Formats: sequence, structure tokens, C-alpha cells
Amino acid sequence: MAGNRRKRHNFSSQIHAFTCGKTSFQGDHSLIGGPGFSRVVYCNDPDCFESSVLNYSDNYVRTTKYTLATFLPRSIFEQFRRVANLYFLLCAILSFTPLSPYSAVSNVLPLVVVIGATMGKEILEDWRRKKQDIEVNNRKVKVHFGDGVFESSKWKDLKVGDIVKVEKDEFFPADLILLSSSYEEAICYVETTNLDGETNLKLKQALDATSNLIEDSSFQNFKAIIRCEDPNASLYSFVGTMDIEEQQYPLSPQQLLLRDSKLRNTDYIYGVVIFTGHDTKVIQNSTPPPSKRSKIERRMDKIIYFLFGTLVLMSIIGSIIFGITTSEDIEDGRMKRWYLRPDDTTVYYDPKRAAAAAILQFWTDVLLYGYLIPISLYVSIEIVKMLQSRFINQDIHMYYEEADKPALARTSNLNEELGQVDTILSDKTGTLTCNSMEFIKCSIAGTSYGRGVTEVERAMASRKGSPLPQEATEEEANVVESAEEKASVKGYNFVDERIVNGNWVKEPRADVIHKFLRLLAICHTALPEIDEETGRITYEAESPDEAAFVIAARELGFEFYERTQTSISLHELDPVSCRSVERSYKLLNVLEFSSSRKRMSVIVRNEEGTLLLLSKGADSSVMFERLAENGREFEEQTKAHINEYADAGLRTLILAYRELDEEEYNRFNEEFTVAKNSLSADREEMIEEAAEKIEKDLILLGATAVEDKLQNGVPECIDKLAQAGIKLWVLTGDKMETAINIGFACSLLRQGMQQIVVNSDTPETKALEKSEDKSAVAAALKESVIRQILDGRTLLRASNESSEALALIIDGKSLAYALEDDVKDIFLELAIGCASVICCRSSPKQKALVTRLVKVKTGSTTLAIGDGANDVGMLQEADIGVGISGAEGMQAVMSSDIAIAQFRFLERLLLVHGHWCYRRISSMICYFFYKNIAFGFTIFFFQMYASFSGQTVYNDWFLSLYNVFFTSLPVIALGVFDQDVTARLCLRFPLLYQEGIQNVLFSWTRILGWAFNGVLSAIIIFFFCIRAMEQQAFRKGGEVAGLEILGATMYTCVVWVVNCQMALSISYFTFIQHIFIWGGIIFWYLFLLAYGAMDPYISTTAYKVFIEACAPAPFFWLITILVLISSLLPYFAYSSIQMRFFPFYHQMIQWIRVDGQIDDPEYVYMVRQRSLRPTTVGFTARFEASSRNLKADLEKMTEGQAL
Amino acid sequence: MKGGSASSGGTDAPSNSSSSSSRTKKPKYSKFTQQELPACKPILTPGYVIMIFTAVGVIFIPVGLFSLFASESVVEIVDRYDIDCVPSNYSSNMLAYIQSTATNKTCTRSLNITKEMKSPVFIYYQLDNFYQNHRRYAQSVCFSYTIYFEESTCDHRHRNLKIAFRYVKSRSDKQLRSSKYESDTKDCAPEATSKGFPIVPCGLTAWSLFNDTYGFSVKNKALEVSKKNIAWKSDKGHKFGSDVYPKNFQTGELIGGGKLNSSIPLSEQDDLIVWMRTAALPSFRKLYGKIEVDLQVNDQVTVVIQNNYNTYSFGGKKKVVLSTTSWIGGKNDFLGIAYLTVGGLCLFLAISFILVYVAKPRPLGDPTYLSWNRNPAGN
Repeated sequence: MAGNRRKRHNFSSQIHAFTCGKTSFQGDHSLIGGPGFSRVVYCNDPDCFESSVLNYSDNYVRTTKYTLATFLPRSIFEQFRRVANLYFLLCAILSFTPLSPYSAVSNVLPLVVVIGATMGKEILEDWRRKKQDIEVNNRKVKVHFGDGVFESSKWKDLKVGDIVKVEKDEFFPADLILLSSSYEEAICYVETTNLDGETNLKLKQALDATSNLIEDSSFQNFKAIIRCEDPNASLYSFVGTMDIEEQQYPLSPQQLLLRDSKLRNTDYIYGVVIFTGHDTKVIQNSTPPPSKRSKIERRMDKIIYFLFGTLVLMSIIGSIIFGITTSEDIEDGRMKRWYLRPDDTTVYYDPKRAAAAAILQFWTDVLLYGYLIPISLYVSIEIVKMLQSRFINQDIHMYYEEADKPALARTSNLNEELGQVDTILSDKTGTLTCNSMEFIKCSIAGTSYGRGVTEVERAMASRKGSPLPQEATEEEANVVESAEEKASVKGYNFVDERIVNGNWVKEPRADVIHKFLRLLAICHTALPEIDEETGRITYEAESPDEAAFVIAARELGFEFYERTQTSISLHELDPVSCRSVERSYKLLNVLEFSSSRKRMSVIVRNEEGTLLLLSKGADSSVMFERLAENGREFEEQTKAHINEYADAGLRTLILAYRELDEEEYNRFNEEFTVAKNSLSADREEMIEEAAEKIEKDLILLGATAVEDKLQNGVPECIDKLAQAGIKLWVLTGDKMETAINIGFACSLLRQGMQQIVVNSDTPETKALEKSEDKSAVAAALKESVIRQILDGRTLLRASNESSEALALIIDGKSLAYALEDDVKDIFLELAIGCASVICCRSSPKQKALVTRLVKVKTGSTTLAIGDGANDVGMLQEADIGVGISGAEGMQAVMSSDIAIAQFRFLERLLLVHGHWCYRRISSMICYFFYKNIAFGFTIFFFQMYASFSGQTVYNDWFLSLYNVFFTSLPVIALGVFDQDVTARLCLRFPLLYQEGIQNVLFSWTRILGWAFNGVLSAIIIFFFCIRAMEQQAFRKGGEVAGLEILGATMYTCVVWVVNCQMALSISYFTFIQHIFIWGGIIFWYLFLLAYGAMDPYISTTAYKVFIEACAPAPFFWLITILVLISSLLPYFAYSSIQMRFFPFYHQMIQWIRVDGQIDDPEYVYMVRQRSLRPTTVGFTARFEASSRNLKADLEKMTEGQAL
Repeated sequence: MKGGSASSGGTDAPSNSSSSSSRTKKPKYSKFTQQELPACKPILTPGYVIMIFTAVGVIFIPVGLFSLFASESVVEIVDRYDIDCVPSNYSSNMLAYIQSTATNKTCTRSLNITKEMKSPVFIYYQLDNFYQNHRRYAQSVCFSYTIYFEESTCDHRHRNLKIAFRYVKSRSDKQLRSSKYESDTKDCAPEATSKGFPIVPCGLTAWSLFNDTYGFSVKNKALEVSKKNIAWKSDKGHKFGSDVYPKNFQTGELIGGGKLNSSIPLSEQDDLIVWMRTAALPSFRKLYGKIEVDLQVNDQVTVVIQNNYNTYSFGGKKKVVLSTTSWIGGKNDFLGIAYLTVGGLCLFLAISFILVYVAKPRPLGDPTYLSWNRNPAGN
């Protein structure tokens, strides 16, 4: 072990030396022991009395919703939070009273089935979580069992105070205090992707006092007491003290290792457990995701309320009439309807207490007409949505081969919402782009190198060129791309024979190139990792562009291979000897990158002893003003190149260096060290100030250009979405230029599109910022933002007349003002009017705010798509959050509703699945109401003939099985399988998607239309049946039709009508639909046979009703056919007229398909054009705009000729 | 078309056989999972619409004609007698007449046969405005609809201790089926017991049994009224027991309708069985009997009615009906007329559709109808 460790020392590195400054007692430490800081951990002393008294929670983590004990009460509570279920429960309770018009069992059973099914689903989902929990809780970790022996133990058995040993690439089982590591300095690297989505490694360092505990046996006698804060959710703060042998040491976040983060680049660490299980910061942090409900479901609630209103109204009418007829039963002491014995009765029928009887009758009626409200609706919808989600997950077209990731619908209750998305808010990096940076160009000493062609350049070329060869260039591009991919190194796409293979030494300014490449190889914070088998070096870097630089330097001959705390070693190409030599640089300081500084520098001493400050910075404004007078030799050319690169959609960085003299360095180092070690609040500022002083008088070397690659198929996808009428907003943290470039690449912007730029980074605002008074600055800035927005609005109004497309680009600072309460309305008005909106430099919070603004103010459905931890807010805020399951951690996916692997899958997700699900769910709900109204009204109508006494015409079990057996499966089949048009046609006619956005399939007219159809069917069924079966004999044997025969006949008619209505209204008949629809009808007859054959105890009025009475009578069959055809006739006539003369868009497409014109491209194009409203973004729009211009030019030319 | 849509290229069926595919998360390809099942996708083209309308019309009209013809062939004679059978001195107080035991209830009516009536001629009595389907009435039929966990239910004292399990809330005929259950009168109130003894058959329905009687004669020759097969076989066979005899029936202080011969088991009491079969509507007929001889045109049928049943207090009507039947049952033109109407309507619609298509022809899928722009996307 020790040998291993020593060997490791040679490799170990400590680039962050200064960050590991001694921790010292701060103000916060005085709080320890007080409220909120009461935790006491007796390390390595599990048996001690005090720790057993403290009784901290164990390390078992439960993410399940229920436990065995709480399942029943909690899930039942959840179930009855739904108003409808509560209503059914009330009905079930009432049905046990004499009020009930039918038996209690027949009423309770469906409720039990429905609740049981939903609870079963909950169990299933919770079981999955449970399995995950079991997996996590049973992971193994090495725990100190005393006497210096470490043994494997399960995570869940960990206790506070245990010493654990975590090895490389393992997760930390609980929140630990780092005691020591395999590095001599007791540091370790931690990956926190699971916590914050950041891929870079974080450095942690133990206290000096414990850093010598380097072996298992060292813990034999180790004892310590840690006092620290109570469990809380703050990931970045921690306060505590450690008492070892009477000595007290302060603890800070620097020693804290959080559960669910991963040990990287470190062989092993020892740590002591301080927070376990639910006390850990990551669990404390996990908030339940907001539960989202779709718009359709919310509207459905309204329909339920409407039906409930109808029900109450019907019940009131019924009970009033019943009260009146009952009160008339005794008149002047004489019984009228003597056969009811009104003189000797219960309160329910007592003429003397008619009012009370009426009130009781009201409740009977509520029970009786309860069939208006479909009990199985919720459970059917849940089943359907679950199955729909499975189809989404199984879609092979949304499976990403390279990452082996299929689409994953994490919540199923938003499926139909996918069909109604109006605005997509998209992250850029990792979503539109791959987040893989490729070093593609550079400008050194005023000369531009690199011949690679970027996606944007391709797009630009096609934009500038004639519109027609667009496809050709794309094909060409594909060819080029595939050729490139063969020999490519990830992150490197640099083609220039002047530089590669050491040719640069022959270039005129080889000295500058040498310095440039050396700077690339030294000025970074990446860590090398040597593959022990191949000897290849890979790099672990904070950001992909940094990795791209180191890789580029390696490929060009400056291979960075080792980093220690104090040095950086390279294999570099010596320009004189043209051979690779090893050189090492003494690393003195790292001035880290921060968003405010926008640059990073390192100070190194080379082997000759010269002090060098190597610096790279983002913006020209940052770097150019720091150049020395004599360092501006290439300024003009470099600036020109940078602009060129930025136009090509590349990220640029400026490289500069400077030689320092010893005295200056010492002065700086002193100041810098003081700043680093200071603990005051303005520590950051002090560091910045110190850095500022040294980062000046730089000598420009050149600039680099890195391509942020677009993901596959992104432009095509955006084009399709735009054609579907979906607006796409890009919300990015990137700077404006990059964002605009990507905008061009994605065809969100195009030449000739008027750009409204709202910017707080203009020279005037810069000047404003210089002023001292902060509030005045803010006010002035706000004013400027408002002015710009208002200007934009004027432009917008002007353009509305000329139908010109506008684009809005706004930066984060302006956005902050634009989102203020008094401004946001005009901002939104402007933004909605624009064809594309790009918000750059926006913070995660702003992303969420913009999303909320759009969602709340416009009321339209928003979809947010992103891949990083910074998108979480946005994903949770939007109506639908789509996570890209890419490389940047799982944070976004975990908080998303649906995860896909690539942006381009959004096209299929929305246009195909979204459209289908929307259509299916809305048809399904409409149909549900139809069938229940049709059924419920027949019951009501019968009451008119039974003096509203509450007698049902149907057998109890007919009633209760209606929703469960005879009509439910076809609806589920409709909800799962129906397709108006095939997936291919959905994609071919993107405008079809507008049906969802405009909600034409679930509009109130349509819903009420179906309700009306239901009433109509009920009228036809009921009155036809009773008129046909009046008093006369209904068959040759002279028998008359009694209550049971009328009931069975009417019910047969209802089953036929609602099932055939379903057959009429669906447009996709697979064998499944056939089985369910016709099977439902056949099942009814079989049921009637079987039920009728049972003992009359059970079958009561249905006893032999079919065999003996109905089936042998031709009358029964004739009336069934008559009622069936007559009930369907109104709908059939209506829909054939509507289909022919007022078709919906999907019906138009069906026409085209039937006519076989689908394969006629010209025709399809014509249809699409005719029915399209002008699309404003996407390359189709671009193509059209340019062909318009071309036409205009041609006209001008011909005019000129004519003149 | 650009092949750009990421999805259009992926229809290749992946080989599931390779061992690697078992480890990947790649969805299995099948027509089902990809929602590409072969399906028929009918849409309402003019051809189909016209065809369906025509077919319905062509089928319905003959069916309607047959039904109407069958209904027309039925001879039905209806005679309302409730008012005419009350002597004129009681016409202001018919209730007193019917409730009095002293009045002569016999009444003679004469029916003229206008068309030949082939045997069997069915005799019905018809009551109007009588709510046999009232919930109180229909459910108080002396049949207990209560099953106890224990079958032996004779013991009154223990009944209350047992947990009643309400099984179904409609008739289950228990008391009527077997003499074992004759004390099972739980839901028969107020006609459950008489002087502490259970009534068999209990309940309002049996209590209010219709008790007018008819005697028929043609040319002073009595016509035999057959009561055979007037009740449903299943009722006689399974709902009314052959070992159950009427007990304590109509012995209460208030007499309802007819009385029963307590020496005949319930399964032979056809009139009771018919009466107990609840009518669906407030106006109903029930089979009284059959005349098994043909009645000739211009025969005068004399009906001697014992007018016992009280419909006067609630304003109900009483009618005696003689009717033959056809394959469609009794006389009711509704079915035939409805068939004719619906069939005619369908033919009319078919013709108007044809006319519209002739007058306004357009090639199928003419894009001029594709009018999305008419309702432009909401801004």
C-alpha cells in the first residue's frame, strides 16, 4: 500500500495549491453548539454512550412515496383528493342507505375496481422506486470495524461517526468529512455531476491534522469529535469544528464530500460520516417535482363540473315532481294511489311529509343519475396514457444509437399536451449544439490558419448562393463531413498543411507560433490522464473548449503530459532541432477564469528562469485593452480575423503573454497571497484586483476559433417545427455574437430579417455604468431598455403591414429589466410579435422567468428543452420539460417530463406523438361524455314514466357494468391506437399540428356537440323503444313487454349505439379495434345469456329474459336495428357533410391520401402552400424569401430592359 | 423533399438476433410497437356515403312495409268500461260505488267484431295511469331481496343479530319460491305481516292484485277463456314455488285487490304471476286469457264484467282488449312507420347528396377546399 502510494506521488498534482490555503476559524464558527449548529459526531467510536444517545437517523434512503404501513391511508387519501372520486365515494356510502335506487354492491364494485386499478398503478410505480432504493442502499463501502480492519458493509448500515474508505470512481455513501487521501497533501478530486450538472472536477482537501492517517491501521486508535451545523440543504456551505486530542480545528466545505458525488482521479480517501440518509445535503435538496396537469385535463374537470351541474338540475327537477305527486297521493284524507298505501308508509314516500320525501328523493336521484359522470374516465385515461407513453418509449425513430438511449416519457400525464405546444424555449449548448468544441481555426501573428468549414459557413454559403443549389451544398457538406470524421480526433478539426506535422517552423513568424502553441499547452486547468496501455493522453478539463485547446496543442506538437502542484510538463517540438524535447515549467500562480473577468492567466517560470504571464481571454474588449503599446503589432489583422470567425459561428479567444520581472512578480505574489488567504467578504474582489494589476501590458499572439457544433438534424427539425407554427425561442447563457451565429446556423435568423437588438452592452450604457451612483445607473439602463423595446414595437407594427419577419435578440442584463413587472407586458408583446427570439447571457433564473412569463401571460402551452443543470428551473416551470439525455449529467433529465437523446427527436415527439396523443385523448374524453350522457339520459327519461320515484329501468348489474365492461375497452383502444393520419403524413404536413395549438378537437363547440349527440341518441333510444313497446303484445304468443324486457331491449340498443358510434368516429381500424368494438357487443349478449341463466336470486329481473323473452321475438331484433340506425343517422349525416364541405385539416390529408395524390410531390407542395400561413423561420422560409427576392430582382431587370 | 426528417430513414428492421442487441436499450421493432399495424382507414367519401344511405333506404322501406302490414293485419278491439260500468246514480261518486260491498258490480258490455279474428284471440285488461313501476310498489313485492349469510332464516329473534348483506335491490322472489322462506318478508312493508303472521304472498303488488273478471259469450253461447300459458314459463317454473300456498292473504284491516284460493299453490295462480310481472309504463296491458275459437265478422261478443277493481280513486282507466297477434306481436304501427320514415329519409339524403355532387362536382381533394387560412393561427 505504501509503495503504491509513493509511486503515486510522482504523478500527483496540485494545481490548485492556492485554493488549499489553511482554513481558519471564521465568524461562523462561533455559532457552533448554538441553535442550528448542534450536531455532535463521535468519530470512530460507535459504541460510545453519547453517540448512542444522539440517535441520528440511519443511512437508509427512501425515495418511495409509500411504505407498507402508510400505503393504505396515504394512497386512499390521494385518491379521494379528486373531486370525482369523492363524489363516487359519497354515492357508494349513500347506496347503503334505503335511499339507493339500486343495490349497494353494484355501486361499490366499480368504485373499488377503479380505485384498485389506480392504486395498483401507484404500487407498480412505487415498486420501481423501491427497487432503485434497494440497489442504492445495498451498495458496498468499506467501513472501519475497529482495530484498523476495514470491511465491506452496505450503505444502509452506515452510522454517523463511521470511518469509511472510498475508492476511485465510487460514489460517496453519505456526507463525509475528508480525513486523508492517497495523495500526500490529502487532496482528492470530486465529480459533482449528479448534484449540479457541472462536469468539471472539484478539489477537496483534508485538514493537516488528519492527513497523516494514510493506512487502514492508522485508524485503530483514531478518535475525534466533530461539532457542526444541523442538516440543511445548502450545498456550498458548511461550518464545523473537529476536536482531535484536545486540539480544535475548523472545518469548511473544503473538507466536505457530498453523497452522490463521485471520487475521481484519486485512488482512495478516508472519511468520517457526518450526515446520513435523509440528513445528507443532496437528499435535503431534492424537492418533489411540481406536478403538472395538462390543459385538456383541466378542461375535462370543467366538463365534469358541467355534468355535475346537469345532474343536480335533473335531480332537483325529479325530486320536485316526485314531491308534488307524492303529496297528492292523499287528498282530503282519501288515498288516491291506494296501491301504494300512502297511509302506512315510511318518510321516503309520505304524502304528509312530502317536502322531506322530496329532499330524500333528491339524494336518490343523485345516485340514480350518477351514470352521467363516467366513473371509469380517470382510470381509463390513466391506462391510456401509460400505454401511450410506452409507445413513445418504444419508438425506434427516437432511439439514439450512438448513446444507446431511447426516448423516455417520465411522466405520462402530459402526453396530449405535447400536441398543443405553442412555444418552445430551448437551451443552446448541448441542446441545439453538441457541446463538443472543435479547434478549427486560429490567427497567429496576423495570419489566419485553418481550412475547416463550419456548419455556419455552409449555411452562410447556401444563404448567399442561389437558393436552388442549397441541397447540393448540403450533400456536399455531408460528404465532406463524413470524410473528415474518418480521421478525426475528438475536439480537433484543424486542417492546414502550413501548421500541422511541425511545418510551422518554416512559417515566417515561427517564433510567435511557438509561443502561441506553448501558451495553449500551458495556460489551462486541465488534468492529463494517461491510458496505461496505449500511452495515449486524454484530458480532463473544466470546459470543452479548454479541452479542445489542449488537444490542439498536443496535435500540433506540444503535448502536455504531466501536472504537479508546482509544475507543468510538456513534450514540445523544438523549433531549432525539430525534435521533441521534454520541458517543464514551474507553475507559480493560476488566475482562474470567472465570468466577470472573462479571462484566465497562469504565471510560470520556464527552464531558463524567465517569468512568463500567459493569458487567454474571451472578448476583444477584455483583452485588447490590456495590450502593451508594443504588443499591438497584429491587432488590426487579428481583429479582422476575429470578426470573420465570429461570423462563421465560432467561439474566439485571444491569446497574449508577457514577461515579468522578479520584482514585479514578488510584489504581485504578496498581494495575491494576502487576497487569497483573506476571509473577508470581498475576498473575490481583492483577488480580482490583484490579478488586474498584473494582467496588463500584454503582447498579442493571436486568436483561436473553436466551433460549437450543431447537433445532427437541428436545422431540419427547426424548419419542420416552424412550418408547424411552433415558435422557437432560444435562451442561452452564451454571448450575443455566438447566439446570433447559432441563430443563423439554425435558420432562426436569416439575411433580410430585421433584427431588433435590445442590448445593455452598448457604448452608451458602458459609459453610463462608469458613473458611481448605482441606482441611477440602473434607472438609466432600464430606461434605455424600455426605449429599445418601444422602438422595437414600432418596428413591429410597421412590419405587421408589410408582413416582414422580425427577430428579437436581447441580452441578459436587458432581460433583467425587461422582466420587471412594469415592463414585461410590452416586452412580451414585442417578443410574441417576432418570428424568432434569442435571449443571450441569460441566467438559469431568467430562463425560468421568461418561461413563466410566456406561460402565464399568453396562456399558451410552453415546452422547455435543455440538457444542463442550469435548465432545471426552466424545465420545471414550463408546461412540458424535455430533457436532453446527453453528456452533461442527469440533472435536466431527472427534472424533465420527457427525456430524448437528441434535439431532432423533438420533431417526431411533437408532430407525431404529440398530435396523436392530443387527438386520441380529446376524442376519448368527448366520446366518454357522449356514451355516459346517452346512457344517463335514458334513465332520466324513464323517470318521467315512473312518477320520478327512482325506479331504474335497467337491472342493477347492467347499470354498474356499463362503464366497466361493455363500453370501456373500445374507448381505451381509441385512446391508444387511433391515428387520423400516419406518422409519415404527420411529418409531411407539419401544419396539421395547428389543430392542437388551436385546440380545434377539444373546443367547447365540439364537446357540447358530442353532449348534444348523446342527448339525441338517448332520446331516440328511449322514445323509440317505449313507443314501439307500448301496451301491445310484442310477440306472437301474446305476451306483453314488462319492465325487464323493456330494460334489456333498451340496454341492448344502448350498447349497440355507443359501440357503433365509436366505430363511426375512429379512423384507424386495426384488428384490435375490431375485437374490442364487436367483442364488446358480443360480450353483452354472452353476459345476458350467462347472467340470465343464473338462479333468479342473483339474476333477478334478468332471469332468462334473453332466452325466453327477447331472442325468440323478431320484434326485439327489429327494434334494435331501427334504434341503432336512427341513432347513428344524425351523426353520420353531419359528419359526411362536414367531411366533404368543411373538412378539418387532418381530413384534408385523408382526402389526399384516399385520392392517391400523396405521392405527387407537386400536388403535395401545392396543398401545403395553399394551406400554409406564411412561415417566418426555418430554411424553407429562407428559401422562399430568397426566391422572392430573386423574382423581384428579375422583374426589376426586365423592367429595366423594357425601359 | 429533403430526407432531412430524422425519422424517415429509420424503417429498417434491426436484427434482434445478435447478442449485442439484448444488452442495448434499443426498442424492439415490431409493427405493433411502432404503431404501424395494418389497418383499414375508412373515410366518408361521397361514394360510401351515397352507398350507405341507399342501402339503408333500400333495406328499411321493405322491412317497414312488412311490419306495417303485419301490424295492420292484427285485429284489436278495445273497450273502456270503467265509467260506463258505474250506474248513473253513482256517477258523481264512483269511489263510493266501488268501495261499497253492497253494490252490484256486474256489468255487461257488447263488442262488435268488425274483422274476422283468428284464434287464439288474446284477452287483455288494460290499466292506465297505474304506476306499477313506482319504486315503492315495484320493490315492495314481498320478495325479500335480502340474503343472509346463513340460509336458515326462520328464526325471527335472531334475524336482527345477523348481518344483513344486501345483495340486490330488486325482486328475488325468495318467499314465493319455497315454503321454507315464507316468513321472509323483510321488505314487504306495509303488507308484510297480518296480526303478527307473515303474509304469503306479501307486499304491495300481490296485495293490489287486479280482480275484475270477464265472461264472454257470442250469440248467448259462452266462450271458453283459457288461462293456459298466459304467464311466462320461467316465472311459473322458477319464481313461484309449487309448495307455497297463500297464507294470511288479504286478512288485514284494509283489503287491497283480489283474493287468492289458498288451496292452490302460487305456481298455479297464473293471474297472480302475470300481475306480479312489473309493467314498464303507467299504461299497460296484462294477459287475462285466451279464446281458442275464431270470432267472425259482425259477431257480437257479450262481456260480463265483475267491476271490482278500484281505479277511480286515482283516475285510472280500465279497458278490456281482444286482440289477435301476428309475427310482430300486437297492433302497433310505430315500428313500421318508423322504418319507413328512416328508410325514406336515407333515400332522400342519398338523392340530395347525389344532386349536390352533380351540381357541385369537384375532384376529390381539391385544394380549394383546404381552407386552413380561413381560421388563421391565433396570434
